[in-house]
Amino acid sequence: MARVPVTEGVFTWPSDKPALIGSRCVKCGNHMFPVQSGCPKCTGDATETVELGRRGTLWTWTVQGFPPKAPPYAGDADPKTFKAFGVGYVELPGELKIETRLTEADPEKLKIGMEMEMVIIPLCTDENGNEVVTFAFAPVA
Amino acid sequence: MTTEVAIVGIGMHEFGRTEGVSGMDQGVIAVRRACADAGLSWEDMQFAFGGSMAAGAADTMVSLLGLTGLQFINVANGCATGGSALFSAYNTIRSGVFDLGIAIGFDKHERGAFRVNTKGSGLGDWYGASGLALTTQFFGMKINRYMHEYGITPSTLAKVSSKAFRNGSLNPMAWRRKPISEEEVANSPMLSYPLTQYMFCNPGEGGVALILCRADKAHLYTDKPVYLRAAAVRSRRFGSFEVLAPSIALEHNAGPTVDASKAAFEMAGIGPDDIDLAQLQDTEAGAEVMHMAENGFCEHGEQEWMIQAGETEIGGKFPVNTDGGCLANGEPIGASGLRQVFENVLQLRGDAGARQVPNNPKVAYTHVYGAPGISGVTILSR
Repeated sequence: MARVPVTEGVFTWPSDKPALIGSRCVKCGNHMFPVQSGCPKCTGDATETVELGRRGTLWTWTVQGFPPKAPPYAGDADPKTFKAFGVGYVELPGELKIETRLTEADPEKLKIGMEMEMVIIPLCTDENGNEVVTFAFAPVA
Repeated sequence: MTTEVAIVGIGMHEFGRTEGVSGMDQGVIAVRRACADAGLSWEDMQFAFGGSMAAGAADTMVSLLGLTGLQFINVANGCATGGSALFSAYNTIRSGVFDLGIAIGFDKHERGAFRVNTKGSGLGDWYGASGLALTTQFFGMKINRYMHEYGITPSTLAKVSSKAFRNGSLNPMAWRRKPISEEEVANSPMLSYPLTQYMFCNPGEGGVALILCRADKAHLYTDKPVYLRAAAVRSRRFGSFEVLAPSIALEHNAGPTVDASKAAFEMAGIGPDDIDLAQLQDTEAGAEVMHMAENGFCEHGEQEWMIQAGETEIGGKFPVNTDGGCLANGEPIGASGLRQVFENVLQLRGDAGARQVPNNPKVAYTHVYGAPGISGVTILSR
């Protein structure tokens, strides 16, 4: 069984140290995620593709307490087996804030400002039996 | 020299769930009620702006209302659809193109949280597949950060919801008309921390129509004209924190509500202190709290004592969401912004019944906010 990314071009995969793939404005240096061709900051129309930092701090968070509608959700949306998951924005120093799943879903263990690191997590199994993975951020132990 | 604009007719189809009546039909019923309110008929309408998000193209309702050949323009502008229809009608009269016309908004959404069209929102399939395409998450994350920065407490969020349902219980057009205590709100299931089930509004159904005319002709249709002093719609700037955003900038921008509010106050030539009551977007309890400050009615953090002291109650110093807001009325996207204006017209006419704001309010404010980072504000006066 292979581990396949939820989509190509959002994070580097396969990789020992997967990173999100974003854009940087050639003119003003602004970072964007996901990849895009124009800069919302300076209206520049030239960007280069870059790997974003893998560590940052938690800027805000919530916990997804009910199963998202499926589709579009590809994970377990069965109310009987659904497990709440954390969602937050992680601030990558000097770059931008990334919206991401969190590996932690306990409000007692999530604190604004805590150190986070990017990881890859399983999402579902596709029709060929492959494990589909997506990105998340985990508290740094 | 621009022409002043008055609202001379208002009509609403009850908000909530109406089985067997399409969203479009609810819009048609609202139009007929607005005509009756102004003593006018559909053939008197010189133009219409209308929209819905999920209930069809508004202009097709002419086949139900009458094929009079009027100028009918469909409006689709996310959560500001109704506000944009009103903005367009306002400026059509102000510019002198027509004397009298109508703004219409209606909708009918499926049950449960909004199913986001990721492609239509410019987002990749991976975003929804990964469990991030939920507007509810944004609201949880925005208020969680705000509570961290400004010391708003969970008890204040519960108070906002409880007030909404209490006001809704006084509103025969509202969906939720049963008071719910702060304790019940706080103890309902946690949907998106720190927001519980009763802190969120639901996608719903309803329709609203507003008839506008040149102010100097308003007396022909009503004894109680209400004047539209300002209508402004603004989109987001770089650095604002909005719904359905895979990333946001490091720098902070206050967002489209602040811009729309400033523009509206400038148009009206008045300030926040001149407003007697306000309908503020309350997609969830935290939104009402944050929007009080974003619209200029207090400093960030002051909401905590204002709400705890009851200032935003109907009998308080600054009543907010007197009809129960989105929390008690639900959110039929196309109609929601116009519902706020409908309520303010009732309040300024003195016709709001059991929920009438005391002491003859003279100036009222509406604010709608939503995807994809858009705000619409109106200011009305007697």
